[in-house]
Amino acid sequence: MIRVAVQSGAIDVPAEIDLHDAGGHGATASFIGRVRGDDGLIELFLEHHPVMTEASLADLAHVAADRWQLAALTLIHRVGGMTPGETIVLILASSRHRAEALAACEFLIDRLKTDVMLWKRETFSDGRVQWVEPREGDHARAGRWD
Amino acid sequence: MALRLAYFAWVREHMGVAEEDAAPPAEVATVADLIGWLAARDERGGQAFAEPDRIRAAIDGMMAVPGTKIAGAGEVALFPPVTGG
Repeated sequence: MIRVAVQSGAIDVPAEIDLHDAGGHGATASFIGRVRGDDGLIELFLEHHPVMTEASLADLAHVAADRWQLAALTLIHRVGGMTPGETIVLILASSRHRAEALAACEFLIDRLKTDVMLWKRETFSDGRVQWVEPREGDHARAGRWD
Repeated sequence: MALRLAYFAWVREHMGVAEEDAAPPAEVATVADLIGWLAARDERGGQAFAEPDRIRAAIDGMMAVPGTKIAGAGEVALFPPVTGG
């Protein structure tokens, strides 16, 4: 089962794990990305495209599922405003053995930083507001999977 | 030629709207032409598109490059490099 979602509501991690685990898999790797409260950050806002964001997440999910023969994959990205500690992204990848699940998980987190229409805007307690700039290292990591 | 333009992130903020209809002249043939035309059109465009290298584009849901032709396009999305994950 492949489950892909873009949502403005909080990601219910335990509920998503239960749903994912219903298939009973040999190995499940997970990645949970959370908002960091660095430098007095009080809000992280994720802007997205109403159609293309979910479509490109679905494309990535199918590429990963095919490449590593995954038994199940959950890929959920939060959009809109969120505060430190909240979950931005959840990836659950399952396969018969650990290597495939771990590789798929790493592929997905690397690629969704460069291939998916999402933009982060940070608001700080001193009033500063700034759009996050892409990092060269992210592109280098994403390029390893070509 | 009526064209729907959609803007995201700081491009949207500079332009002051999330989307608008535009009618570029016939000599605006490619994504790069369109960005140049918008940059020269008014002050907000000049701010949003001051650095064309920092602008990415998609035509009707498909990623495009500067040389992609816009003839026949319904919607062109213009936005900064993505920063999700």
